[in-house]
Amino acid sequence: MMVLRESIIMKIHYGTAIGALSLTVVHILMRLTQDFHESLAYENVIANYESVGYALLLELLLILISVHGFNGLRVILLEMNQGPTYEKAVTIGCLAAMAGLIAYGSRTIIMTSMGMV
Amino acid sequence: MATLHPKLSEERSQTVVSSTKSVKLKIKRSNPNVNSEERFDDYVVPIEKWTTVLDALLDVKSHLDHSVGIRYSCRQASCGSCGMKINGKPALACFTKISELDSDTVTVEPMDNFPVVRDLVVGFERMINNHKKVMPYVIRDDSEIDPESGMREFLQSPENVEKYIQFSSCIKCGLCNSACPTMAMDTSFVGPQALAQAYRYIADDRDKGKNKRLKVIDESHGIWRCHFAGSCSQVCPKGVDPAMGIQLLRGYLLGIRD
Repeated sequence: MMVLRESIIMKIHYGTAIGALSLTVVHILMRLTQDFHESLAYENVIANYESVGYALLLELLLILISVHGFNGLRVILLEMNQGPTYEKAVTIGCLAAMAGLIAYGSRTIIMTSMGMV
Repeated sequence: MATLHPKLSEERSQTVVSSTKSVKLKIKRSNPNVNSEERFDDYVVPIEKWTTVLDALLDVKSHLDHSVGIRYSCRQASCGSCGMKINGKPALACFTKISELDSDTVTVEPMDNFPVVRDLVVGFERMINNHKKVMPYVIRDDSEIDPESGMREFLQSPENVEKYIQFSSCIKCGLCNSACPTMAMDTSFVGPQALAQAYRYIADDRDKGKNKRLKVIDESHGIWRCHFAGSCSQVCPKGVDPAMGIQLLRGYLLGIRD
């Protein structure tokens, strides 16, 4: 079933963890550009989305966290039970859930950044 | 009826007479081939300061209950046959002195993560199969047998030997696999014993089978399922550090080691 070797998957897993952590730091530091509560006000959050750079950062963060999180979930589920059918279902299920979450999150980011909200 | 050799019977009676201390040995009994019943049987055995758990078990077998199932051979921590859980921790019965356990009751159970054959005897099939899977031998195209000069040696420097020598001490007792939390969850996990042996041969500069072995362990129930709990290294009676071997193997797979 696995197209990629486990070492490649784990390199992606570690890479996405480092990437997500770095971008989360940037994301949190952005709160310091103004008063913390003010930075979370509705208008300011929408303004963040409407900035192309920030929207890209959010999109990248979404992808990195989804890939890392769903691979982590796959690993946990593979350890909890074994068997070819189960393992195939877990892999396909996690890939589908990851794609679904990225699609839904991207929709939100795109719609907000285009002023459709 | 067979009689004991006079010297042997003398030794046994001396042990009993000279002992001033005793310990309660709680032995987990089961026979999955007959039924699923599990119980603990208690035996009080005399001990000296040098008495090992294996000595006490053999005392039980000799004097109190012949039916206790145990596997043992060398009695000197070389063969790896007498692995069991002693007071909750995997250990070799022949390498564990009762006086060092600091307890009036010693509980012995079969090792975790192995199928029980009977009482304290477990089946090693899974571990041996995984051990075989990692090809625990030097792989080369050429041979030590030279058609012209007879035999020749594949020489190594002491520095190269240092890289893997501790992993050569593995006696396949299975204590590391018994202590491993991943082994308890993942029935397909290759296990610390096999992974440590994979490292032992990959690190050997005479060996040319690195890629073959890395391919075997680089799968969904292979090396990446290790959580680095380190319990395998803690229980090894021979000082092997499988947890370190696993991390070093990961270095090969991540491309940070050659």
